[in-house]
Amino acid sequence: MFTIQEYAMPETLQEAYDILKAQRSNVILGGCAWLRLGSRRIRTAVDLSKCGLDFIRENGEFIEIGAMTSYHSVAASDLLKSVFDGVIASCVTSIIGVQFRNTVTVGGSVYGRFGFSDFLTPLLALDTRIVLFNRGEVPLKDFMTMPYEKDIVVMVRIRKDGRHLSYQNMRNSRGDFPILNLAVSYGEAQGFTVTVGARGPKAVRAEKTSAYLTGHCRQKDEALLQGACDLLVSEVSFTDNMRASADYRRLISQVFLKRAVREVTGW
Amino acid sequence: MVITLMLNGEKRQLDCRPDTMLLEALRDAGCKSVKCGCDTTNCGLCTVWLDGHPVLSCSVPAMRAAGRSVTTLEGVQAEAEVFGRCLIAEGGEQCGFCSPGFIMNVLAMKQELKNPSEEEIARYLEGNLCRCTGYMSQMRAVRRYLEVEA
Repeated sequence: MFTIQEYAMPETLQEAYDILKAQRSNVILGGCAWLRLGSRRIRTAVDLSKCGLDFIRENGEFIEIGAMTSYHSVAASDLLKSVFDGVIASCVTSIIGVQFRNTVTVGGSVYGRFGFSDFLTPLLALDTRIVLFNRGEVPLKDFMTMPYEKDIVVMVRIRKDGRHLSYQNMRNSRGDFPILNLAVSYGEAQGFTVTVGARGPKAVRAEKTSAYLTGHCRQKDEALLQGACDLLVSEVSFTDNMRASADYRRLISQVFLKRAVREVTGW
Repeated sequence: MVITLMLNGEKRQLDCRPDTMLLEALRDAGCKSVKCGCDTTNCGLCTVWLDGHPVLSCSVPAMRAAGRSVTTLEGVQAEAEVFGRCLIAEGGEQCGFCSPGFIMNVLAMKQELKNPSEEEIARYLEGNLCRCTGYMSQMRAVRRYLEVEA
């Protein structure tokens, strides 16, 4: 059972940050979907609802998604449906229930860097940055390995560079957490980027596999594609948990990689 | 702490602790249609509208509703009655415990989706669990309701 002693609804991010830093047990509230599953003793809960962070917009060559934007807004956004083959919008639709998606916030899930995230794996395959109030803009790739410092996720920025994007995932049943997910982005200029999530730990970029695909796979070649699969399972670590074994995840990841590469290249 | 909100179209003041969830606050305010099922954001029984959008009231802090509009089944009686008749006609009400949350989500779906396909209906309502109907009678009731309202 969690408890909250004070509840703050600041109207500026500076005010929110000051409250957050004032005491060790002060926390920023996201969508609160997981709050009831824990037993945190929160001194002051900081609610960002009045900080103007509920938006999805274009800003020059970037798409910006505010931290308090709900997953349902992401799924319903015409802007997000129109870029990256609609994957950013569609990747969250398997998260069960429109009511739940109306509750979950982008900032909460990004900050949490949960291993099961459907949202982070495709974002990690793109040129995505996380804007933090104190630290400033950080590439998502670096953010994924940063310690959980006290800061505020302000927004997600994605460079609109015209890449194709494919997102593959597998679940024991619809609406359940994925037992594995994988994303591949591809552009003529950028080459391939492969990311793997729900492998047990949080999502990672498969750098060697991405470089291999970019260097070798300029045309359809099943042998080279199998080579990329072999590299993927040697590069990325998978673990056993209650949803799937590491061996099963290794097998599925290869199927996903082939499917995703075919989707983004049209092979 | 006292929060002011619009509850079913009326300005109300609710006395809440900082860790009171909207579900508890609404039931304390007399909205007994809002049911507590799983209490862990899984089952959809506690669905209400926050500024017109369906949310799980078990996972929304009551304080977050301050200054906003909250709608429960008590606030949409006329629309709910039309759908309720469809539920009865198709045998979709059964024990009825999940019905308030289900009805709130069906009415939200009708507002949000125009001429939804079978697949879209199923996807929109997949967050409402029912242990009696097997969903088929509920789906027939939704289709009947959409036809009646067309």
